[in-house]
Amino acid sequence: MTQISVRVDGAAYTDEVEPRTLLVHYLREQLGKVGTVVGCDTSNCGACTVHLDGEAVKSCTVLAVQADGSEVTTIEGIAQNGTLHPMQKAFHELHGLQCGYCTPGMIMASIDLVGDNPDPSEHEVREGIEGNLCRCTGYQNIVRAVQQAAAEMRGAQA
Amino acid sequence: MTAVEDRPVTAGPAKEVGQARKRKEDARLITGKTTWTDNMVLPGMLHLAVVRSPVAHAKLGTIDVEAARSAPNVVAVFTGRDLAEEQGSIPCAWPVTPEMVNPGHPSVAVDEVNHVGEAVAVIVARSKTAAQDAVELVDVDYDPLPVVLDMDRALADGAALTHDHVASNESFRWIFDAGEAGTGSSTDEAFANADVVVSRRFVQQRLIPAFMEPRSTVVQPQGDNYTMWSSTQVPHILRIMLAMTTGVPEHKLRVIAPDVGGGFGGKLQVTPEEVITLLVAKRLGKPVKWTETRSESLMSAHHGRDQIQYVDIAADREGNVLGLKVHILADMGAYLRLVTPGVPILGAFMFPAIYKFPAYRFDCQGVFTNKTPTDAYRGAGRPEATFAIERIMDELAVELDMDPLELRRRNWINAEEFPFTTVAGLEYDSGDYEQATQQALELLGYDELREEQRRRRESNDPVQLGIGFSTFTEMCGLAPSRVLGSLSYGAGGWEHASIRMLPTGKVEVITGSTPHGQGHETAWSQLVADELGVPFEDIEVLHGDTAISPRGLDTYGSRSLVVGGAAVVNASQKVVAKARTVAAHLLEASEDDLQFESGTFSVRGTPGSGVSIQEIALATFAAHNFPEGVEPSIDADATFDPVNFSFPHGTHICAMEVDTETGMVSIRKYACVDDVGKIVNPLIVEGQVHGGLAQGIAQALYEEAVYDEDGNLTTGTFVDYLVPSAADLPHFDTGNTVHEAPGNPIGAKGVGEAGCIASTPAVVNAALDAVRHLGVSDILMPLTPERVWRAIHRGGDGGDRATAGTNAYGGAQTETTAGVSTPESRLGGDR
Repeated sequence: MTQISVRVDGAAYTDEVEPRTLLVHYLREQLGKVGTVVGCDTSNCGACTVHLDGEAVKSCTVLAVQADGSEVTTIEGIAQNGTLHPMQKAFHELHGLQCGYCTPGMIMASIDLVGDNPDPSEHEVREGIEGNLCRCTGYQNIVRAVQQAAAEMRGAQA
Repeated sequence: MTAVEDRPVTAGPAKEVGQARKRKEDARLITGKTTWTDNMVLPGMLHLAVVRSPVAHAKLGTIDVEAARSAPNVVAVFTGRDLAEEQGSIPCAWPVTPEMVNPGHPSVAVDEVNHVGEAVAVIVARSKTAAQDAVELVDVDYDPLPVVLDMDRALADGAALTHDHVASNESFRWIFDAGEAGTGSSTDEAFANADVVVSRRFVQQRLIPAFMEPRSTVVQPQGDNYTMWSSTQVPHILRIMLAMTTGVPEHKLRVIAPDVGGGFGGKLQVTPEEVITLLVAKRLGKPVKWTETRSESLMSAHHGRDQIQYVDIAADREGNVLGLKVHILADMGAYLRLVTPGVPILGAFMFPAIYKFPAYRFDCQGVFTNKTPTDAYRGAGRPEATFAIERIMDELAVELDMDPLELRRRNWINAEEFPFTTVAGLEYDSGDYEQATQQALELLGYDELREEQRRRRESNDPVQLGIGFSTFTEMCGLAPSRVLGSLSYGAGGWEHASIRMLPTGKVEVITGSTPHGQGHETAWSQLVADELGVPFEDIEVLHGDTAISPRGLDTYGSRSLVVGGAAVVNASQKVVAKARTVAAHLLEASEDDLQFESGTFSVRGTPGSGVSIQEIALATFAAHNFPEGVEPSIDADATFDPVNFSFPHGTHICAMEVDTETGMVSIRKYACVDDVGKIVNPLIVEGQVHGGLAQGIAQALYEEAVYDEDGNLTTGTFVDYLVPSAADLPHFDTGNTVHEAPGNPIGAKGVGEAGCIASTPAVVNAALDAVRHLGVSDILMPLTPERVWRAIHRGGDGGDRATAGTNAYGGAQTETTAGVSTPESRLGGDR
């Protein structure tokens, strides 16, 4: 077992983990952060996407020990004081989800995308989220939601 | 964009039905406050891992579990022999013929394994990792048997057997002959008298539903009671079937479907793992969890489609269709699961589609192979039928040198002919195919694209353009119980709802239809808000728990709104009727003098008087001042059983670019106009269409479950099984026409499967339209660049993706697709 210290959604944790423990399993099974989910075992689907020190990562592709000393943000940590993140709001307003299983990862990946590209075209959104699979929506409303949130996030920065 | 017919403006508050209400269920889904089954943790909970067969067909020899049993934190190991007495057989609820052969389906293999991925032992451990680690330690002796993979070969004389205890690889043969049924004339005469006969062999490749949430089941024993949480579409059916299979009495079993991450038919099942989890929890008296990996899911959760279709169409020279003959080989896989044999039968009535065929014959053989069982996948039988008819109509148009839309128009049912009884005996309810088509042509910008196609063809552009049609209909709203009975289905098709009026005026709606992404909580709230005149926000929709929602038949077949929503409306109307009696008492008026508007009863002609239904709920709770002889409750139940199916329809048009140098295909534009009857929530309807389109297009372009010659699934991860990403799909231009369904009080027809059923042939027809002048008349699905390139440059249909003798090869034996004769088509061939 190895000791790690991480901050997750603003709270500090120190835990013993097996060296082979994946970050997503640490989040779900040791911290109870079950908002982040597992959708595959080959890092294709992106359902487990979180932010590690501000960058989107697939948390099934990161060992928990690699997160030692880092700041992790999950879907459970992006609303501020009860106010939804613009990306959460846009997914709701534009019906960018159906079953909702891919949604946490899709939202976290999209926030990162807009961080890199504040005004993405439809094509850039489609390319930018291609590491996140959704089986329900056909993506059209997700693309619209990302663009709407990007506009709101640009406004918030201005 | 959604265009809806103009409706007269009426006074009064805005109706909820028809509004694009944002979904109630999103609040938890966008914040991670979800209740997926795998989130569940119970005190002392044990974890299961399943040892799965790496071979497709073998006798089981000794299974040495000692090393696994003594591994750290392993609590128990069970083999099929340990569970044989109590595991029964996975139920098949649809014995389509009295003679149908069902080989039996043990949850854990006992004597023989019949497909790769079949369970052979179960590890129970204190942690998931300990259970997974011990899987490696189980040593199984497999004594290999011949592997059956190709359906054509499986039916040949002397073929090896999928199961050595059954006489052949044929499970059943099911025939519908319109001439014999009295719904049409003789196909033999129709074909004998035809000017033109076109015969084709189409292949519906094997698909995997690939819901995003892997399956998971938790069972908690409490004395002799058991609670099961499962990622299922069908908690009610699951409870009944588990009781019948395992002997745990129905009233001692509660099944809960919490948040469920997609299904698409893939979770319409009673799975071996659900049976196993229940039996292990029962044996050990401890809570037990099983959650699959994605690889396990792709390998062992049921698959879909997988048919070989021999289709013959007869017509006169003017393009009037005269007859249709269909012979299907439907791959059951190794076992019959819940509705495996019923899937092709659901399609049987839909091959004639929207066309006025005078003669029709359908003949289907269910075939066993050593592959994962097939069962429902979005559309279940109807996409297969729609693909076949929409493809062969294009082939007939080519043969006749007619415009494919002109041929359709000449033969489709006209708007004034509804209700129309088809040659398959179905009574289509309503619609206007011309109107939907006109609207779709405009959405697409048809004339400009045809002009561009001409230019590209003339200039011999390496990128050619094609336009493909699919003018489809489907049968939805499963289903009238009597019809299901006549088809030997094991259950009815009704749906149940209850309305509970709470003392504070809030409303609980209990539905037997269990959502997993469809938005029932929102749409049902809209229905009830209008019926009861209470605010949308005051309504809570409860579902998916057999203790809360005691009666139901769950969610599949685009039935929820059409059947379940209808029950909700009827229950609401009963509440209003009961409340009227109380209102009359409170207002000291005759019931006949009361009007009910916007949630308030008032005496006609007496402004200012009135009592709201929410106030009546409190008065009913107190029951201090209540009419004599009336029980103090205004709650109500309703069960709705439709008399007929509903028949959504639509016109889908795909414009496709094909790069003739690389074989890459790219959807230039996709436009569709669907008539799904009354639209309760346009946001949800449009979302359902988008998602369906994505899956239908994915069948045409991307997805295929491929087995190698030993029966290994070679597309067993998301690396190989290509669920499309956002970058792989186009923008969709969608619209609606509205012809209400007469068969339910809402007027809705169902929308869950429309996009998936309609889109596949539109896409393939478009690709063929782009390259037909280069001598290509068919390309196997999915249209990979390799196949498209080969079809253009080497001829044939694009060829195989796998070794000879496997399922993907089976599809590839159609090098001579054009003009192939089928045994059923005496006249055979194009002439």
